[in-house]
Amino acid sequence: MSQFDLFPSDVSRRAFLGKAGLGSLGLASLLNPSLLSADRPQIDKWPGILAKPHHKPRVKRVIHLCMAGGASHLETLDYKPKLREMDGKPMPKSITEGQPIAQLQGKRNNLTCLGPQHDFQKFGQSGQHICNLFPHIGSVADDIAVIRSLTTDAINHDPAHTLMNTGTTISGRPSMGSWMLYGLGAETENLPGYCVLISRGGGQDQPVAARQWHAGFLPSRFQGVQLRGKGDPVLYVKRPDGVDADRQRDVVDAVQQLNQLQNAAVQDPEITTRISQYEMAFRMQMSVPELVDISKEPKGVLDLYGAQPGDGSFASNCLLARRLAERGVRFIQLYHRGWDHHGNIKGAMQNTAKIVDQGVAALIKDLKGSGLWEDTLILWGAEFGRTPMAQGSGRDHHIKGFSCWFAGGGIKGGMSYGNTDDFGYNAVENVVHVNDLHATILHLMGVDHEKLTYRFQGRDFRLTDVHGKVLKPILA
Amino acid sequence: MTRQCTVTILLSLTTLAWAAEPLPDKVDFNRDIKPILSDNCYACHGPDAGTVKAGLRLDSFEAATKELKSGATAIVPKDTDESELVYRVHTTDADELMPPAESNKSLTAREKALLKQWVAQGGEFAKHWAYVAPKKTAAPKAEQKGFTHNDIDRFILARLKSNGFVPAKEADRRTLIRRLSFDLTGLPPTWGQVEAFVNDKSPDAYAKLVDRLLASPQYGERMAVYWLDMVRYADTIGYHSDNHETKPLYRDYVIDAFNDNKPYDQFTREQLAGDLINDRTGTQLIASGYNRLNMNTREGGSQPKEYTAKYLADRVRNTSTVWMASTLGCSECHDHKFDPFTAKDFYSFGAFFADLEETPVGGQKFTKVPRMEDKAKVAVLEEELAELRKQIAEANLSPGQKTWEAGLQKTLTESSDWQAIKPTSAKSSGGATLKVQADHSVLSTGKNPAKDDYTITLATNLKNITGIRLEALTHESFPRKSLARGNGNFVLTHFSVAKGKSPVKIASATSDYSQANYPVANALKPDAKTGWAGNGHVEAANRTAVFVFEKPLAGGDDTALTITLKHQSQYPNHNIGHFRLSLTTAAEPTIRGGHNLPPVVAAALKQPAVQRDAAQQKAIADHYRTIAPELAEMRKAVAAKAAARDAAINAYPTTLVSTSMSKPRMVRVLPRGNWLDDSGDQVQPAVPGFLQFGQAPEGRASRMDLADWIVAKDNPLTARVFVNRLWAMFHGRGLATPLDDFGAQGTPPTHPALLDWLAIEFMENSWDVKHMVKLMVSSGTYRQSSVSPKAVTDKDPYNLWLARQGRWRLEAEMVRDNALAVSGLLVKTIGGASAKPYQPAGYWAHLNFPKRSWKADAGEGLYRRGLYTYWCRTFLHPSLAAFNAPSREECTVERVRSNTPQQALVLLNDPTYVEAARIFAERILKDGGKTPESRIAFAYQLALHRAPSAAEAKILVGLADKHLKHYQTDAGAADALLKNGAKMADEALDKSKLAAWTSIARVVLNLHENITRN
Repeated sequence: MSQFDLFPSDVSRRAFLGKAGLGSLGLASLLNPSLLSADRPQIDKWPGILAKPHHKPRVKRVIHLCMAGGASHLETLDYKPKLREMDGKPMPKSITEGQPIAQLQGKRNNLTCLGPQHDFQKFGQSGQHICNLFPHIGSVADDIAVIRSLTTDAINHDPAHTLMNTGTTISGRPSMGSWMLYGLGAETENLPGYCVLISRGGGQDQPVAARQWHAGFLPSRFQGVQLRGKGDPVLYVKRPDGVDADRQRDVVDAVQQLNQLQNAAVQDPEITTRISQYEMAFRMQMSVPELVDISKEPKGVLDLYGAQPGDGSFASNCLLARRLAERGVRFIQLYHRGWDHHGNIKGAMQNTAKIVDQGVAALIKDLKGSGLWEDTLILWGAEFGRTPMAQGSGRDHHIKGFSCWFAGGGIKGGMSYGNTDDFGYNAVENVVHVNDLHATILHLMGVDHEKLTYRFQGRDFRLTDVHGKVLKPILA
Repeated sequence: MTRQCTVTILLSLTTLAWAAEPLPDKVDFNRDIKPILSDNCYACHGPDAGTVKAGLRLDSFEAATKELKSGATAIVPKDTDESELVYRVHTTDADELMPPAESNKSLTAREKALLKQWVAQGGEFAKHWAYVAPKKTAAPKAEQKGFTHNDIDRFILARLKSNGFVPAKEADRRTLIRRLSFDLTGLPPTWGQVEAFVNDKSPDAYAKLVDRLLASPQYGERMAVYWLDMVRYADTIGYHSDNHETKPLYRDYVIDAFNDNKPYDQFTREQLAGDLINDRTGTQLIASGYNRLNMNTREGGSQPKEYTAKYLADRVRNTSTVWMASTLGCSECHDHKFDPFTAKDFYSFGAFFADLEETPVGGQKFTKVPRMEDKAKVAVLEEELAELRKQIAEANLSPGQKTWEAGLQKTLTESSDWQAIKPTSAKSSGGATLKVQADHSVLSTGKNPAKDDYTITLATNLKNITGIRLEALTHESFPRKSLARGNGNFVLTHFSVAKGKSPVKIASATSDYSQANYPVANALKPDAKTGWAGNGHVEAANRTAVFVFEKPLAGGDDTALTITLKHQSQYPNHNIGHFRLSLTTAAEPTIRGGHNLPPVVAAALKQPAVQRDAAQQKAIADHYRTIAPELAEMRKAVAAKAAARDAAINAYPTTLVSTSMSKPRMVRVLPRGNWLDDSGDQVQPAVPGFLQFGQAPEGRASRMDLADWIVAKDNPLTARVFVNRLWAMFHGRGLATPLDDFGAQGTPPTHPALLDWLAIEFMENSWDVKHMVKLMVSSGTYRQSSVSPKAVTDKDPYNLWLARQGRWRLEAEMVRDNALAVSGLLVKTIGGASAKPYQPAGYWAHLNFPKRSWKADAGEGLYRRGLYTYWCRTFLHPSLAAFNAPSREECTVERVRSNTPQQALVLLNDPTYVEAARIFAERILKDGGKTPESRIAFAYQLALHRAPSAAEAKILVGLADKHLKHYQTDAGAADALLKNGAKMADEALDKSKLAAWTSIARVVLNLHENITRN
């Protein structure tokens, strides 16, 4: 990779490479409204820093379904019959001694086991063990590769999300979606290449900070854009009151023409970029409302997801994820915030699972039906798991062993990888770190995680920092 | 968080610019060799002793010329054939080639040639440029009429000439004043100011303009923006729940410091150690809040030890970046890979801050810091209070006093002690177990409910009961050995007495102590939001309250009384944990029992009047004044005045400041940065070993010692770092880049002699910031036009050699301020609480603990400058964020300047800009003449400070005409457009016309030129 391609804006890149910006569309056409309406200024598309992928990509896009708050692995994917036998008995000290503990800090000497609060059953041909709160996900069990030996470094929500997104707990590093846009660009000119949707319900809603989709030290054009369930779907995408689309077009056209005249006078490539960005903005004002309006989806599709147009639910967000995928968005992230079950995990899991289960499975089925399956990667998981020890009627945060799953292009479905001990405490077999997830995702996108770097403060940074290994056994 | 990325560009460009050059006659280690070694070799052969491969280090002459175990020697001075390094970088044998293929690094032919030439010339090392004290050299003898205004230009001109450039011509005056106004105040000039400057024929017109701008209070605001980014000033805590934690006093200190031109060394000392200055002022204490600007957490389940380690690392990163442009923060886990910082240096540096009192997990303690005006207000109230007291003291009271004395004689002899009553039952609504003790007190045990109501029954034979006493008692077993089982404090929200089913009316309540804002009288009202509190979380002491009945209770015959104590406050576990109830029959029940008189007064009164001496008479008279009915109004006035004074003291502004603990936290080296690992060595505060100079202080070094070291003349970094950043402010890039890394991985300065000259000029002029600013903006280099021939921009696209000025998009706050200023909406108030302009509804929906929503200010708060916008770290105002304002979670020295569709959406649709456009349109219609042409010319003058070209005017005239027709046919749309924003439209103007010209104003405010400093 050449350092010389790393510029904060198109200006510097063009200035350096001597590329023409809006060259193909001359001043004359800009000043001629009839030409303008027929032939809009072109968007200056970012092609990605990698001229070509490091190897043949298996997928083009990623959908990350983040079960924020820390979904319990013991009531989702990690079946622990022994833990049930131990229910109410003391947790062996040999396992917990010297380990970081969050809210159970004061109870260190009195830790008791909490058995799985719901039953598991075998699903699909593969017979994957999945908690029976998730019958829909169970119905696609043969499509998913479960990892049961995931570990992370941070025991509180905020740093743990930061690690899950940026590969480190230190604030200020780019999130994985930003890395992907930086490396590969996006396939859309009308929408941001990295979109985030958030829903909630079913338990205590943990905050999710905007830094989780931030570009960090990468140019901010690679930042994730939140699509909101209520209000303007994208901030400031709505025209001011009293300004209809034609009036807005007039204003934007005048801005474009005047900027072009100014550019002719001072030859500032930054102006060319500005013109391109106004065009993109104008297109977003048309494409975003169309995107988020799911009311025209066939009833069968809405029913498949269990989505009601405009309800801002996780199910609707899953449907939007498919719509984003088909429009060429590179990285799609869905947060569902209701998983922080410190108390009443039995009832709360039931509630949250019900909110999430159908939409996830529907997304997989829908992607398959719409031909997007083979080049889409799905990651389902939380920022950490939950303790096998009881915290009253709930479970505390847990980082030494939890679960997630991958599905989609390049993934071997119907398998599982790694294991925790009998308590579901420590990952003991094929231990996986968050950095390994990142290495694997990049690998499937055709990127060698050690080679996608960005120089900041004199150091070449990577999404995987100095770690990360590709999880080859789960690849098809 | 946003960070600059020109790092790479400039690094690579500098390399590139030099790549085009032939090899130098004499290789310069710092310029030519160090960047190659650092970038390609130091990861394995650098200063980090932990990762050295093959025993080879290439960071010193001694190490590089030593024979290795393998028998080879990397560098044999002047012998390129024997030098393994020369062989290894040139070889075609893939197994032996350095750097190896798997490092993903490779050397260019020129780099290889440079290394070879370096070895041939002796392979000498030089100390890294930034770690050698600056040397002042005379400016080169270069002159060019119209360009050389001061020595800066001579340094620049010499390099321009040697690189084959000529300076651009001086920019025209309207450009100069626009540039200077943005650079020095962050605001555009008014058209009047432009005309005055353009027409000022005096020879010192430019100097006068610079002086005027430097003297304007907006200068401090503009400089503060840059400083606040670096020190990560914000209104919220940053982590997890990101709670409110505003510190405007610190922000205003920074503004004032720049406006007052506080010397930079003093500015530094006050921030790092203002609390340690002898006889420190309130301002210096506020300044020490710098040490408390780091993010902090309140997340339940966070481990204090982990966050203490995080805060230490945060402070090391910040201080070393702000003052030293050093990446010392990289040594948290290991010795630095490129610079001579060790992990021990990192933790020793962190130990300077180990004396700071703070809460690792939870809300921080704010300190009251009265300003002059706050103190003056209290002084006035004190004076008025003294006057009222004097009036009371001097009042003649003899008839009333006599009557009073006569009435007292009975009470003086009467015994009226309280009688403690043993409860017959004690019940808790919340499930606690209330145990009656031997001394008749009641102790709450067992379950500790968040809220609890006690029902106590008493049986008594006393007759004519006049009051009941409640003693809240401390207990050994309670937290802090205080009054309750939560944090030690209680809030009694309601106290009531009943005889059978009929309530006993209580006339008054008094207590020996009440926590501020929690007087005992609150306990008479059932309101759960108020109550009587005892401050038990701060002080463990018994608290007593007396409730006097409206009329005496008959009593006798085992009269049963039911007493209810309610604890329903918002604070959990604030239930009185231990208490006793007593009854009295005294005529005037008092807290302690017996009469209410001070012992001296009682003794005096017992004397027959004629036998009292003067002191006794005075004691009686003085006491009487405190209860005399004829002085009741006066005493009320005194009480009111005292309350006003207390309220004024209570309203003193608060902020976070540095407070030094006598016993600092112990700091260890954390192996690989792991806070759970206690195996590392303990360290004492110390500056990095390789940068030590002078005498180390005796005993434990303090933050003041750190500050003194930072601003010592021997420190090679501080002055250079600061002048380099000022330079970047006025030219768009530093002489050395990046602005936050002067280490081995940064790029050496393009004009090293000039950077040193500026650094020494700064120190020799007592760290006078305005002097340096004036020097820089007065130079011919600064005054050049930003437009230059394509040949020049092609040859030097990044303007390394400064043959022109830079042009760049305004910073986020300036984009906002400019629109408000052009429209006339801007409110120029300096300082004060943070402001909340319009923000999209629901933008804070994902904040929690507690949930909250943004409530936009009314009135002036909507039109304050951007730097006052409430800075929420996790959800920064989206308009500012779109234009690259950083979240201020970490130090930001250089903002990114991106160019994105979000920026277009903000300028087009954010109500702030739509409102600004519509008020701008009103100005245009009222003051811009009668024709469309004159109005457009007027708009251009206000916003762009120039006349429109014919082509430009034509576009806008056409648009104005088209939109006028539209809004004439669609009155509803015009009406709707004019309702964007809070300010009412001028009724005198025709709505469709105003709507049409709002379109024109929107176009102008959206122009690239309008948000560009050129």
